[in-house]
This record gives sequence, C-alpha cells and structure tokens, in this order.
Amino acid sequence: MLALTVDIFLLVFLIASAVGILFTHQLFAMAMLFGLYSLLVASLFILLDAPDVAFTEAAVGTGIATVLMLATLAATKESKEKPRKKLSKSALTISIFTGALLLYGTTGLPKFGDPEAPIHTQMADRFIQQGQAETGVPNLVTAVLASYRGFDTLGEVTVVFTAGVGVLLLLRRRYKPKIRRNADAG
Amino acid sequence: MQDNLILRVMAKVLIPVILIYAFYVQFHGDFSPGGGFQAGVIFSTAILLYALVFGMDRAADVMTDKLLIALSAGGLLLYAGTGVVSMLLGGEYLNYSALASNPLTGQHIGIIVIELGVGLTVASTMLLIFFSFARRVVSR
Amino acid sequence: MSFIEGHLIYWLLICLMMVGLYTLMSCSNLIKKIAGLNVFQTGAILFYVSLGKVTGGTVPIIAEGYESYSNPLPQVLMLTAIVVGVATSALGFALIVRIREAYKSIEEDELDNMDRLDD
Repeated sequence: MLALTVDIFLLVFLIASAVGILFTHQLFAMAMLFGLYSLLVASLFILLDAPDVAFTEAAVGTGIATVLMLATLAATKESKEKPRKKLSKSALTISIFTGALLLYGTTGLPKFGDPEAPIHTQMADRFIQQGQAETGVPNLVTAVLASYRGFDTLGEVTVVFTAGVGVLLLLRRRYKPKIRRNADAG
Repeated sequence: MQDNLILRVMAKVLIPVILIYAFYVQFHGDFSPGGGFQAGVIFSTAILLYALVFGMDRAADVMTDKLLIALSAGGLLLYAGTGVVSMLLGGEYLNYSALASNPLTGQHIGIIVIELGVGLTVASTMLLIFFSFARRVVSR
Repeated sequence: MSFIEGHLIYWLLICLMMVGLYTLMSCSNLIKKIAGLNVFQTGAILFYVSLGKVTGGTVPIIAEGYESYSNPLPQVLMLTAIVVGVATSALGFALIVRIREAYKSIEEDELDNMDRLDD
C-alpha cells in the first residue's frame, strides 16, 4: 500500500511537470522542466523494479535529451514561444476522446502488480526459471536483451546508428543553405 | 564557461569517475543493472561534460568525427559479425552457444562481445549527434 | 474499491499521455511539439513497464533467497525504446535547425503562411 501511495504521489508530480511544459512560454524553462520530468520518470522506474530502465532514463532523459534541447534552442536562437490562443478545441476533443478510449481499454486489464496476470504466467516463467541456466547471466534483463532477443537488439542498434547518420547528413554542411531567398521579402 | 574555476575543478574531479563508472556498468552488466546501452550513454555524458566546460574544440581534438563515425559503424559491425561467426561455427545466426565448445562459455563470450558493440555504437552516435549540433551553434 | 486501487496507476499514466498528446497537437512551436512527443512517449513507456511489475516481486536479477521477480521482458523492450527515442528526437531537432535556417521561423502557423504565399 505504501509503495502504491509513493507511486501515485510521483505520478501526480509527473503530470504537474508535464502540464508545466505545456503552459510555459519560456523555452529555456521548458527544457529545464523537461530535465526534472525525466528525473521523476527515472525514480518511478526504480519503484517499478526496473533499475536498468531507470539508469537509461536518468542518463538519456536528464543528460542527453535536455542538452540536445538546449543546443537546438541555442542554434535556432529562440527563447520564447509566440503567444497563441488559449485553447485549441479540436486538439482537446481528440485528446479527450483518445483518453476515454484508452481508459475503456484498461477496464479489461488485470490489476496492477497481479502475479496471476497472463503476462507473468506465459513467457516470464521460462526466463526466470531457466534464464540463468541457459545463458549463465544472473541479470535477466541482460540475458533477454543480448541472448533471447538478440535480433531485436540488433535492429534497435541499427536504428540508433541510422538516426546518427541522418543527423550528420542534415547538419554537416558548413555553409548556410539559401533555399528560400524570397522568404524575407515576402 | 571556460573561465569558471569552480566548474573546471569540479569537472576535472567528476569526469574520470563518470568514465570509470561507465566501464563498470559496461562490463559488470551481467551481474548488476547495466549493459551496453546504459554504459554508452554514461560514457558520452562524460565527454559531453568535458566539451561543455573546456570548449568544443578541445573535445573534438580527442574525439574526431572520423574516429566517431568509424566507432559507431564498427560497433554495429561487431554485433552483426558475432552473428556471422556463430553461423560459420555451425549454429544459427546470433546463437552464441556455438562460439565455444561449452554452450555456457559461448553464451558468456557472445553476450560480452555484443554488449561491447552496443556500447560503442551508442556512445559514439550520441557524441556525433551532440557535436553536429554544437558546431552549428559555434559557427553561427 | 479494489478495482480503483488496482487501476489508478494506469489511469494516471493515460492522463499523462494525453497531456503529451495535447501539447503535441496544440502548440505551434516545433521544439515544444517534440517535447510533447517525448512526454507522450515516456507515458507509454511507463505504462508498458508498469504492466510487468509484480506485487512482492523484486528486481529481475537472480539471487539467493528470492522467489518472486518482476517480468524482465517489458523492461528489455522499453530500455531499447528509450535510447532509440532520444536518437529519433535528435533527428527531429536537426530538422528543426534546418527549417529555422531556411524559413527563419519555427512556428508552424508562420511556416504554413509562407508556403501559401509561394503557391
């Protein structure tokens, strides 16, 4: 019960910082809020028994994503968002509709942390009981990541590599491109 | 930020610790939380801290673009190559049990090698992305 | 009561996702759009990992004296998703930098207007 209370407390904080990201017009403040948000997500992962994921989120979200956001702000020389109209009705309708559909979907899910849920009785049993015997690695996350799902991870690494190549192709040129000269005049 | 004494001293203390921690996470990932993805990201944050505090140019002198591109492609090749080697030794693609006479030893070798490949690719790609952005800021 | 207790976390996570989705759709600033996309993404990742949690279970690292472990599979899938997510959002940021260089603006409505003027 206590763990659940802490989970919910952190989640409320998370939603509050997400709303803060939504409503702030200062983009630098938004980047800082985003770092805070990632740190909260990482602590939530610890509570969900996922230290590997928490590690990654702490280093990626708080470190690299925030620095990349700041670098983009510096490169585009933007610090303020243009003031816009208060509420976008169509976006709100779509969000509420999607949310309602997802909420309806959760009614069919087993309870949070239920050990009898189908997800824990099919594949997980085999990983937990035979994982160490078959791979010799006590950390099951590493065992599944590197051995059982090696193909999957190879694909993910390829995606990371491809994204890096894409960024390099987009930003490598030294001279400033002049695609639309009439943009200033028009 | 180059003339801020406190930042410089703290960065000099912190960077080696972060680097050693990255290696610990990389090679101890079989027994404790960690692995290639985490280690790669932690390693790149150490270099990133160096670049932010001591200037882009000094960081780019050590980590040249050519080296980073070679490392990120090399990591991916190391991963895919492990699969090919296990295939040549008579197993399926990425079946590490074929890598040594004892399946458990083979699994262990395979996992360490591909985690190394993952770590190399992730670390160098993250640095490559950051350097590309930082160069845009400096050159404008 | 136990139904609410068992599902409250999922509902809060869906609220989080929807805040992200609304940010993505309503903001015209492109950097903020990517931030909204990231909020949406972390919401989905948290939801996925929360499905793998077992009450009374522990971290999935085999050790003496523990019987019940949380499910490692969602954690593996989401761990890679986080790293891939930051790489793809870096690609988005790179596109934003290029858009700003070509159009001198990163507000979506202004970009729309410029494109319309061209036609």
